[in-house]
Amino acid sequence: MANDPIHQFQISKLIPIEVGGLDFSFTNSSLFMVATVAVASAFLFLTTSNRGMVPSRLQSVSEMGYEFVASMLRDGAGSAGMRFFPMVFSLFMFVLVANMLGMFPYFFTVTSHLIVTFVLAMLVIGTVVVYGFWKHGLGFFNLFVPSGVPGVLRPLVVMIEVISFLSRPISLSVRLFANMLAGHITLKVFAGFVTSLSALGALGIGGAILPLIMTVALTGLEFLVAFLQAYVFAVLTCMYLNDALHPGH
Amino acid sequence: MLVTAAYAAGAEAEHAGGGSFPPFDGSTFPSQILWLVITFGLFYLFMQRVVLPRIASILETRRDRIAQDLNEANRLKEEADQAFATYEQELADAKGRAHEIGQAARDAAKEDAAAERAKVEAEVTGKIEKAEAEIASVKKKALAEVDAIAADTTAAIVEQLIGGTVTKAKLDAAVKAAAEGRD
Repeated sequence: MANDPIHQFQISKLIPIEVGGLDFSFTNSSLFMVATVAVASAFLFLTTSNRGMVPSRLQSVSEMGYEFVASMLRDGAGSAGMRFFPMVFSLFMFVLVANMLGMFPYFFTVTSHLIVTFVLAMLVIGTVVVYGFWKHGLGFFNLFVPSGVPGVLRPLVVMIEVISFLSRPISLSVRLFANMLAGHITLKVFAGFVTSLSALGALGIGGAILPLIMTVALTGLEFLVAFLQAYVFAVLTCMYLNDALHPGH
Repeated sequence: MLVTAAYAAGAEAEHAGGGSFPPFDGSTFPSQILWLVITFGLFYLFMQRVVLPRIASILETRRDRIAQDLNEANRLKEEADQAFATYEQELADAKGRAHEIGQAARDAAKEDAAAERAKVEAEVTGKIEKAEAEIASVKKKALAEVDAIAADTTAAIVEQLIGGTVTKAKLDAAVKAAAEGRD
């Protein structure tokens, strides 16, 4: 079981809770959600508690995070998009910290479960749809009708636009989920090669060097992916929010 | 390729164990959704209510402070420029005044010198004139005495040459005639 690359995604109940036939148990996944929120909140809260005019190193990390997301949102959705700043910032931080925590050996990766990324993606798309209709009414449907398209092509283009809109929550959630899942599996497989090869004796130990190097390199890559996927998630959120704010292309 | 192989191996192992691939195990969805909503909701509220306003205020304060300091620096620079301009103005004024004073002193000295020279020249001229007058009078007197000396000398010469005396009247007439001829 130790070499099973899927084992790390197993969900185990820590505190069984069942309401109305549905299982709401506090699981290892829940534990790491709490840990993610606690780590992110504690870092952001404690590093900024001095309110230093000249920031300390950690305070400037928090400030950089703030300004990073703020400029991302402003570039993606304009200054009107800043009303969604708390949401985009929370999403970015949550995904980033969850991915990073997942890099610790024996830690559970919250974002490697499709349902989690799907709920986050639905939060984004739901916000886009609700805000879009609330703000623009039926004008929100202009989103599907790009201007400057000749009449003949219009039904086709509208169909494509609708399909691409509907596939957004899927692509947004699957991208993050699949990246985390595949990355962790790959890491586990290569690390497994190291142990199984080195069990074969002297030659095996020599041969194990290769997967070991690979594991080290992949770990670096996975840290990059952990950041990059959080970034991509936030950037796409900004772009989708831009559609809610300005539905006419 | 390796990933898919591992994936397949993992899935097989799970099937052997009787479970399904964990991310697609629907029985865990309610729990995950519930706890995600709870934790992310709390996180969102905490960010929105506490952390983001705090960071925003830190950044705002710093931006204000920098703008204020820049303004202050600009104000001080303007003051310094003004002080420099005043200094240059005063320097130019002082230079002008110094020039004026110098010019006045030079003019006064020149005038004094001219007056002094005029005075000295006048004195010298006076002295020269007096000396010339004296010379003239001395000359006149000398010339007048020349006649008497000539008469005496003539009388003495005549006495020596011819051994007789000549009357004074005759002598004078002769001298006069000689003097006229000489003149």
